[in-house]
Order: sequence, then structure tokens, then C-alpha cells
Amino acid sequence: MIRQFTSAEFLFLLMAVRWTLLLSAIAFVGGALGGVLVALARTSPYAWLRAVAGTYIQIFQGTPLLMQLFLVFFGATMLGGGIDPLTAAAIGLTLNGAAFLGEIWRGCIQAIPKGQWEASTALGLHYVTRMREIILPQAAKIAVAPTVGFLVLLVKSTSLASIIGFVELTRAGQIVNNATFRPFLVFGIVAAIYFVLCWPLSLYSRHLEKKFGTVSR
Amino acid sequence: MNYVFQFGEVFDAWPELLLGAWLTIRLSAMAMAIGLMVAILCALGKTGGPRPVRWLVDVYVEVVRNTPFLVQIFLIFFGLPRMGIRLDANEAALLAMVVNVGAYATEIVRAGIETIHKGQIEAGLALGLKPIQVFAYVVIFPALKAIYPSLTSQFILLMLTSSVVSAISAEELTAIANNLQSQTFRSFEIYIVVTAMYLAMSLMFAAAFELIYRAVFARSDAAR
Repeated sequence: MIRQFTSAEFLFLLMAVRWTLLLSAIAFVGGALGGVLVALARTSPYAWLRAVAGTYIQIFQGTPLLMQLFLVFFGATMLGGGIDPLTAAAIGLTLNGAAFLGEIWRGCIQAIPKGQWEASTALGLHYVTRMREIILPQAAKIAVAPTVGFLVLLVKSTSLASIIGFVELTRAGQIVNNATFRPFLVFGIVAAIYFVLCWPLSLYSRHLEKKFGTVSR
Repeated sequence: MNYVFQFGEVFDAWPELLLGAWLTIRLSAMAMAIGLMVAILCALGKTGGPRPVRWLVDVYVEVVRNTPFLVQIFLIFFGLPRMGIRLDANEAALLAMVVNVGAYATEIVRAGIETIHKGQIEAGLALGLKPIQVFAYVVIFPALKAIYPSLTSQFILLMLTSSVVSAISAEELTAIANNLQSQTFRSFEIYIVVTAMYLAMSLMFAAAFELIYRAVFARSDAAR
């Protein structure tokens, strides 16, 4: 039986947005925490730590996100405990986000002029104080624009959670399409909703880039 | 944990997996080539075209960059047949990949074209080069050289993203893996092997791009 596309179907799509937003939020917080560690490891004085972080980034940026989600999902099942799709997607996106944010923030940390490092070392500041008081505040300023840009990527990436069965916006679109057979209308609306979420972020990121684009001395 | 890894069935299916990887490579390479042409045209339209063209390019780039690839595939694969355009899964996958990478590459190529100084073009014309020669040697060639690293990392990202086309059952590597998974239930083993294959392919593409750079662009360094 083919259902009509009514306001109920539209509402179903709109309600699914909260799961997209929730997953994005969890993955962003998780990815940011992991990303700080990865970025610090990438810029650490220890060669082995830089190598570990480098390998981590290479693996997560060199393989498809979809495979990473599959490995978390099926890996957890293999370990004995089942895992619900939301948790699997959140873990997968967090690990992936940590690699991307780690690489972005590494660039921001290394963009801080050498003189700043040397001066703070010469002043006898300990690593923690040097990072917290001198380097990271300056790096944070140039990190904002690419981080907002990453957020756009993340919101779009959550659509892959639909493939492991989590009912967020894209999966909701598939469900409605299977019932109504109106692919253009349904996926057009789904695309429009993503656009409304992502476009302001893209514009904001570009605006910030213009504002803080150059490394301040 | 008392799970016993069994890779036997995965390696029995090695020929199928290689065939899938080959299709991933072919789809990606074709999408890169066609996508680059789309990007060059759009970037020219954006930098030198009349206002409606610039506006259209903007809409194309912004819409593609701010919606998920998966939704774009669904629109193309399920939506186009409703308009009378029949595409099989592989064709729909290629089209979606071209549309997607074309938009990202447009932004990159446009940035490259903007690094070319107006004076260069005037100088080229003054030297008696034909407009098409100025376009090729003075604008596009140095522009592509300038943006080569970002362009190629975008291309590698496209190859990885192509795993998503398994959602419409194109027969590339991920779809082969999914079929194998449903026959053998050795999910983790299959996906770990396939993940390693993707990693190998992204390293391979990176190496190929490096060779292309040396063959095409590095000579112009020496000539300076």
C-alpha cells in the first residue's frame, strides 16, 4: 500500500533531526576531547608519541568512515556484548573526529611562531604552563574557523549512521520513501534540512576565516 | 573474550574482493577525471562568467557541500528514474561521485585561478599567444600546480567516500564485502581486511599522484 506524503510524514522527518543533532553533539564533544590528545601527542617532544599519533591519524584518514563504523558495530558484537547503533555510531564518529580535529589542531599549534616557543622556554616555563598560557590560547584563535568547518563535515557524516541502522534524518527519509515512493520529494526535503543545518555553519566558518585567517604575530 | 578469528572464508573470496577493489579504483579515477573537468568549467564560470552563471555555480557548490553524499546518491538513484532517466547502480554511483567531487574541486580550482595575476594573462596575450594557449599554459597549468596538494587529498577522500555507494548496491569493494558478510557472517574479519585494502588503495593513489606531479609539474620547476 502506498501512503500519501502528508504533514505527518513531514513531521516524522523533522523529529528525526534531533537524533542527527544528538549524534553530532556527542561525536563533537568526544572528538574534541580525543582531538586535543592527538594534537598534543603530534606536537610532543617525544618522537615515539608523535609516531603513535601520526599512525592513528593516517589510519583514520586513510580508510572510509563507513568501514570504521562497521568495525565498531561488528567488533562490539564479536566481543560478546551487543551494541546499539547509536552507541556504535557515536564511538565510530568520535574516533574519526579525534583524528580529523587532531590533525587540524596540530596545524594550528605548529602555526604559532617558533619565537613564542623559544621565549616561553627561555622564561623557564614548564610544558604545561607553556601550552596553557602561551601556545594554546593563540592556537585556539586560528583553530575556530577550521573547527566550525569540521562541524559541517561531522553533521553530514552522521548520515552514515543510517547504514548501521540508526534512525536519524537520512534513515527516516528512507523509511518515509519506502512508504510513499516519492524519492524526489522525500530526499529533497531531507537534503534541504541538512542544508539548513550546515549552510549557516559554512558561512560562519568562512566569515571567521576572513577575520582570523592569517596567523597573528 | 572467546572469539575465534577465521579468515579462511575471507581469503577464499579474495578474487571477488579484488574485483570489487578494481571497480572502486575505476569509479574513483573516472570520477576524478570528469570531476576535474566539471570543476575547471565551473571555476571559470565563477571567476569570469556572467552573473547568472556565477550564481548557478554558487548554488551548485553550496548545495553539494552542505548536504550528505548519501542523500545525494539517493536523490540520483531513486529520484532520476522518476524523471525517465534510467541508471543502473554503477552509473548512478559514478554520476553521484562526479557531482560531489566536482563541487569540492570547483572551490579548490577557483582558489588556484585566483592566484594567477591579471598581468600574466595580459603578458601572454601580448606575446601573441592565442586565448586558448593563454588559458592552458598561463591560467590552468600554474593554477593546478598551485592547488595540487589540496586537489589530490580531495580526490583520495572521494575514493574513501565511494564506499558509501554500497548503499545502492553498486558492485564496488564495500558492496562485495556486504554480500560476503551476509553469506559467511564473518563480519569483523571481512571488514578489517577490506579496511586494510582501502588503506592500501589510498596510499597507492597518493603515490600515483606524486608520480603524476613529477611527470607533469616538476619539470616546470627546473625550467625556472
